[in-house]
Amino acid sequence: MSICVRNRRMVDPMHSRVELFAVIAFALAAGHAVAQANTEEGIAQYRQMLQEGNPAELWEARGEALFQQKRGPKQASLEQCDLGLGPGVVKGVYAQLPRYFKDVNQVQDVEARLVTCMVKLQGFSLDQATANHFSKPDQPSDMEALVTYIAAQSKGMKINVPLSNAREKEAYGIGERLFYRRAGPHDFSCATCHSESGKRIRLQELPNLTLTQEAQNIYGSWPAYRVSQGTVRTMQHRMYDCYWQMRHPQVDYPAEAVTALEVFMGRSANGGEVTAPTLKR
Amino acid sequence: MMTMHSPVLAALIVLSGCVAQPAELPPANAGELDQRAEIVFNEAFAKGRPELRARIVQDDVQQICTHYRNAPPANVRQQIETSQLATVRYPSSGKLIGDWRKGEKLAQDGYGLRFTDSTKNRPNGGNCYACHQLAPAELSYGTLGPSLYHYGKLRGASEEIVTYTYNKIYNPQALSACSNMPRFGHHRVLTPEQIADAVALLLDPESPVNKN
Repeated sequence: MSICVRNRRMVDPMHSRVELFAVIAFALAAGHAVAQANTEEGIAQYRQMLQEGNPAELWEARGEALFQQKRGPKQASLEQCDLGLGPGVVKGVYAQLPRYFKDVNQVQDVEARLVTCMVKLQGFSLDQATANHFSKPDQPSDMEALVTYIAAQSKGMKINVPLSNAREKEAYGIGERLFYRRAGPHDFSCATCHSESGKRIRLQELPNLTLTQEAQNIYGSWPAYRVSQGTVRTMQHRMYDCYWQMRHPQVDYPAEAVTALEVFMGRSANGGEVTAPTLKR
Repeated sequence: MMTMHSPVLAALIVLSGCVAQPAELPPANAGELDQRAEIVFNEAFAKGRPELRARIVQDDVQQICTHYRNAPPANVRQQIETSQLATVRYPSSGKLIGDWRKGEKLAQDGYGLRFTDSTKNRPNGGNCYACHQLAPAELSYGTLGPSLYHYGKLRGASEEIVTYTYNKIYNPQALSACSNMPRFGHHRVLTPEQIADAVALLLDPESPVNKN
């Protein structure tokens, strides 16, 4: 589906949106009837229906255009950005991130890497490169679009987060420690909600990230278009939102700690499939 | 409010240097990695509201429970439960059973202490339904904690049960070391009066929790 973005009705995004709203309205109505018998089944059905016309396609198309556009003080595109498989390679890179990058001597996820490329190649300041990293209703995010585009070029590929050098191993160890680290006025850690199978917060099912299969299902499913938020959200945002719920302070962007958690989770997810961009509640 | 001084517990951490190491790392790196993880974590919250930064510093209990991944040995468990029971404070009225209607309201309410929560004079919620089934009319309940449907109907409301229930909400680790449940009273998430309202939701015979 991702390849046909430009061939579809994308010339007129509004037209596409109107159609989408019709699908959502229908799906909600249908979902409601089913919900009385089984809410979760209803949600799954509604998700499936929407998957046929995931609005993330709009983000993907915008991301592709942004990636190719000459921008910033240096008037350069991101086409020479090395996302791990060499400058200019986009296909398959997302399935192998986070990874170690020699030029910065750091393990970076796709978002941290894009920030580096925007600074180094395009000449943006760090503040400019990280501005609007999470969109607000009146403020779209270039980062969300770029990440959607890059992730979509790994759709269907096997997750293969490398753990081959010392920094990657260190990031894994840090991520594992942070996963179990309890703090804050609610005494929560990631493990509080994500180390048992079949649990929920309200009606939201929670993945057990200590199990390979559940980590595989989740890790490859971000970024995702979130219906409740009307935008695509990235993995950094998912973690930011978890820390918000955990009553921690606001986590910085992009944070090495979050990347370390991604390495820990991604490593468990190796062998799974990249399904992103998906559609979520 | 986060710090709970307990030299005994602190000493236990220092003495028990050998817990399970992650499989993919040589044991020699473990201590260094612990330190690195703390540095990386501290750096991750540099730009947020400074007054919230103290929250990422672990108190003794959080540190020990992290260390043992919530499964401390029996002697440590006992130490935690004893020290945590000593933290419990009761409403000045002495009444441990408040108003179940207020209890239901706070059980539904997840407001409070998130970094975006800044409404003046709005009390924190307890968000009980996020993890527990309570009144049967509420179908949107979580399952991280046990179902509390018919909690009082099954147990009655003897003085022992009332105190147990109050203590459990005020500081769950007074009864079960390293419990996943937040220490609502100890961390001042809820006031003693609010906790009494939550107790009423669980124990009052008129509460929907105890109806069919």
